Amino acid sequence: MTATTERPADSTKEIGKDRRRKEDQRLITGRTRWTDNIVLPGMLHVAMVRSPFAHATITNIDKSVAEAATNVVTVITGADVAEEQGGLPNAWPITPDQIAPVHSPIAVDRVVFAGEIVAVIVARSAAEARDAAELVDVDYDVLPAALDLKEAAEDKVLAHPDLGTNKSAYWTFDSAQAGTGGNVEEAITKARTDGIVIEREYRQQRLIPAFMEPRSTVVDPTGEQITMWSATQIPHILKFLLAAVTGVSEAKIRVIAPDVGGGFGGKLQTTPEEFITFLLARRLGKPVKYTETRSESLMAAHHGRDQWQKLTLAADKDGKVTGLKVDLLADMGSHISLVGGGVPVLGAFMFNAIYKFPAYQFNCQTVLTNKTWTDAYRGAGRPEATFGIERLMDELAAELGVDPFVVREKNWITAEEFPFTTVAGLEYDSGNYEAATARAKELFGYDELRAEQMARRASGDPVQLGIGVSTFTEMCGLAPSRVLGSLDYGAGGWEHASVRMLPTGKVEVLTGVSGHGQGHETAFSQIAADRLGVAFEDVEILHGDTMVSHKGLDTYGSRSLVVGGEAIVKAADKVIEKAKPIAAHLLEASVDDIEFEAGRFSVRGTDQGLAIAEIALATFAAHNLPDGVEPSLDSDATFDPVNFNYPHGTHLCAMEVDTETGQVTMRKYAACDDIGNIINPLIVEGQLHGGLVQGIAQALWEEAVYDDAGTLVSGSFVDYLLPTAADTINFDLDHTTSPATTNTLGTKGVGEAGTIASTPAVVNAIVDAVRHLGINDIQMPCTPERVWNAIQGVHKGGATEAAAMPHFDPAEPGQDSTEGSAQ
Amino acid sequence: MIPAAFDYLAPTSVEEAVAALTQFGDDAKILAGGQSLLPVLRMRLNAPEVIIDLGRIEALRGIREDGDAIVIGAMTPHSVVGKDPLVAEHAALISEAVVHLADVQIRHRGTFGGALAHADPAGDLGAPVLALGAEFVIAGPSGTRSVHADDFFVDLFETAIGEDEILTEIRVPKHTGWGAHYAKFVRVAHQWPIVAIAATVRVEGGTIAEARVGMTNMGSTPLRARSVEEALTGQPPTDEAVRVAAAMAADGTTPPSDLNGDSSYRKHLATVMTRRAVLAAAGA
Ligand SMILES: Cc1cc2nc3c(=O)[nH]c(=O)nc-3n(C[C@H](O)[C@H](O)[C@H](O)COP(=O)(O)OP(=O)(O)OC[C@H]3O[C@@H](n4cnc5c(N)ncnc54)[C@H](O)[C@@H]3O)c2cc1C
Repeated sequence: MTATTERPADSTKEIGKDRRRKEDQRLITGRTRWTDNIVLPGMLHVAMVRSPFAHATITNIDKSVAEAATNVVTVITGADVAEEQGGLPNAWPITPDQIAPVHSPIAVDRVVFAGEIVAVIVARSAAEARDAAELVDVDYDVLPAALDLKEAAEDKVLAHPDLGTNKSAYWTFDSAQAGTGGNVEEAITKARTDGIVIEREYRQQRLIPAFMEPRSTVVDPTGEQITMWSATQIPHILKFLLAAVTGVSEAKIRVIAPDVGGGFGGKLQTTPEEFITFLLARRLGKPVKYTETRSESLMAAHHGRDQWQKLTLAADKDGKVTGLKVDLLADMGSHISLVGGGVPVLGAFMFNAIYKFPAYQFNCQTVLTNKTWTDAYRGAGRPEATFGIERLMDELAAELGVDPFVVREKNWITAEEFPFTTVAGLEYDSGNYEAATARAKELFGYDELRAEQMARRASGDPVQLGIGVSTFTEMCGLAPSRVLGSLDYGAGGWEHASVRMLPTGKVEVLTGVSGHGQGHETAFSQIAADRLGVAFEDVEILHGDTMVSHKGLDTYGSRSLVVGGEAIVKAADKVIEKAKPIAAHLLEASVDDIEFEAGRFSVRGTDQGLAIAEIALATFAAHNLPDGVEPSLDSDATFDPVNFNYPHGTHLCAMEVDTETGQVTMRKYAACDDIGNIINPLIVEGQLHGGLVQGIAQALWEEAVYDDAGTLVSGSFVDYLLPTAADTINFDLDHTTSPATTNTLGTKGVGEAGTIASTPAVVNAIVDAVRHLGINDIQMPCTPERVWNAIQGVHKGGATEAAAMPHFDPAEPGQDSTEGSAQ
Repeated sequence: MIPAAFDYLAPTSVEEAVAALTQFGDDAKILAGGQSLLPVLRMRLNAPEVIIDLGRIEALRGIREDGDAIVIGAMTPHSVVGKDPLVAEHAALISEAVVHLADVQIRHRGTFGGALAHADPAGDLGAPVLALGAEFVIAGPSGTRSVHADDFFVDLFETAIGEDEILTEIRVPKHTGWGAHYAKFVRVAHQWPIVAIAATVRVEGGTIAEARVGMTNMGSTPLRARSVEEALTGQPPTDEAVRVAAAMAADGTTPPSDLNGDSSYRKHLATVMTRRAVLAAAGA
């Protein structure tokens, strides 16, 4: 495996070109239809009445006033549809005895989180639906709520009293049992006597995916198929699950994910709102639309992360790690959602990261609480694991008094050792940690910044400097169906593509992945253009409509290129194979003498040849085809990789900490990622920039906070702090290239890499800046207050005050607040 | 989200607007830039029956010089105030503060008077106008009256503007030649301040001859740090001297606790930010 920093760009090839994204014209100028833009004749509008309480019995719902309001068509409660509404699916029961409460789209007699739907209004306009929602009178008997994750794990208060416990599933992996490594308890016991044991407890705060386009659904029941437009990442899975849950024939359902404005895992879900609108449209026989408000989105669209991690790292006196034990508590919120239980399990394979740990154990308890349900959020399980281990490796270095790279080099898999089977049982196919690290240090100016750090420390500068290291890897490109099956995941991980050769020489490529901002149309066009030898502009990528792209498993887990892109390659290759006999026939040559290159079929050793477009037209006309050859070049392929793939990289962050205020400021961020071969460098940069900022935001800004009553305090963007471009700096990025060996393009996923890598780099840097003051941890997000408190030595880390600053107080100057209820 | 239905009036003179306010009383609400009012309506925290939009009253827009004062029309957008040369020359503290207020879009829509009438204690304009000793001109059914900044801010979201009154302009005494700095402490760029300090000083012959210090988000209204001002007077603008004065900034204040920091942290921040703001204002 060679590690090079530059791939020589072949100007005749599309792959490797930094093509501007072809979809951006319409996305940026708004010349497209998002779900909420869709207007159908006779369409009705839906508004939700949501519970203000985290846990309560519904004692009565009076909907009479709402029903009588202007232009209200119907008002339904959970009780009204209890028999027919079905339950939201959980596609990943992680253990056979997993406990999962029934997940009704509309609560029937008890609400289990603040934001749960208790009644639904259908009216002729969205405004009238909203007005009527204010008129529904719900009586609640408030119940004690299970809110704190650790307390919930002790079953002090039950989130679902009928289940008798909050503990949903206990999932474990032990290397001694699995035969992939030694006994971790022995390693820890030994290290306690003659080595080093690092024990830490880290918090993964609750996050909100906060995609730009709110979730929206339009359902049209008029016609033979029931059509659902939804702002979703997973149209194909949604279609399957709508059928499975409602009993409607799968062939009678069409799902369309039109242009979708971001997801980050937050739209890897089937939602109550989708099931409710589907039910309403069928009941009423009319199209219905529901679009959530931002407040509803923050409160009721699924959240992410939310774990406590108890970690024990054993090492010998030289810093060689001998074992790692992980005990996780994972907050599932009110329900076990689509793949929610599986998210921490995805982390099980990543705590050992790039290292050769001889013994490893992972235990995870998933816990139900009365908060919004959690599920996948960019990285899903892997950021949590990467944070845990990369924080620990810095702690080990600090304990030994050595540079953080010293312990990493001592423990990482060396370039010659690939392919390498890890203690968690995965086979890493390729990588070169040495090369990525060398390049990242060079980009960063590592030695100079270390020198500056020492100087500031010596002079007692009030602004201290810290350097954080994160040498991450991850498993992505979901992926091998067999492996997913062995983990009790409900679906496979293959992907499908079709290539249609149109008579005019244009090419339609159907893909089963469902982009929502990633740039698939551009990157996939580049792949198809190279493979078929046609112009980039002549390729059209079609996706997101189950009637067009009829087969697929959608977009998440950095899978679209490495699985979906490879399916396109395979389908294109079939087109070429189908075209060869036709070309041979038209050129009056033997098939064996036909060569295909750069879009041209030629007869070996002659200058005779035909372009693929000419073959396409001849095939369309079908006037002169060889006997027994079907008049079509169109081809399908379904690709199921044999392994995940394993991007990696070395990320370096320098943070300045103002010790007078606790303010933290990013000084420099440099990273060298190895994501195998790159199809479009510009798109890769975009994915990395966005990913980095999302990971940095976990370290510094974002946190979903509930108060003691279970109300989401960070319920608007005033209090849920999202960064903007104004809060970021320039990133210095480069790549090394160790191609993946399990797809022909040699690509690895990049969608989640930045997010996974950056969080520990930032926190390590902050801790490094103040470690000399006796600090070895600061809880995320590292707010100035937390940093300052840590410096003062008061309640290190510390909980966030559960109160929001009111900027929009109803008590206006000179005005009484009026009757508008605070729903 | 969608606000409850309301009637909409767009008067073209202050008199008409006041008449409408008198007519509808409690049921009416003034709309300026809408940057605080619209979120309230959309979240249905309030549902007035009548909205009186001041946007068509030309007389409420613009900035002029009037003797010893700079006069800022209530409907002048933040973006205009931030770029105005008169304000920069004679009330630099306001220019300093307004450019850090919210983001570009909000500065184009939000108005100087709207922000002050809204009286969010975390708002960025209260502390500077308080420090500069501005006068608020308020029009009502019986004509106009003037209220000094010291008496304008009553409580959280509460000012001296009566139910049937409209804030028309803000008269800011000229502080020509004074150094100014607004030190805003935030976690992300487009955020209300956790704490901010508005400091303006007149340095004469190497000493601070006069100082004015306003504080944002250190209580239910903007506050003036008078003891700091007094302690600064006659001192050299050195780190040592300013540090001693700034240490008093939080004395007697009761700042709020919230997600961004508790009360005691805010008190600490006030002392640090006061020192920094004063030193920057003095050009030290
Ligand atoms: C996302 C966001 C971020 C923000 N960040 C900041 C920030 O960092 N710092 C900051 O200071 N502000 C911030 N703001 C608020 C901004 O400054 C608003 O412009 C200001 O608070 C209100 O001004 P407006 O002209 O929009 O008034 P409106 O919203 O129209 O009105 C506000 C209130 O004042 C009343 N009112 C308005 N004008 C008059 C008048 N002439 N006479 C009597 N009553 C009147 C209205 O009836 C209403 O009650 C932010 C706002 C948003 C939406």
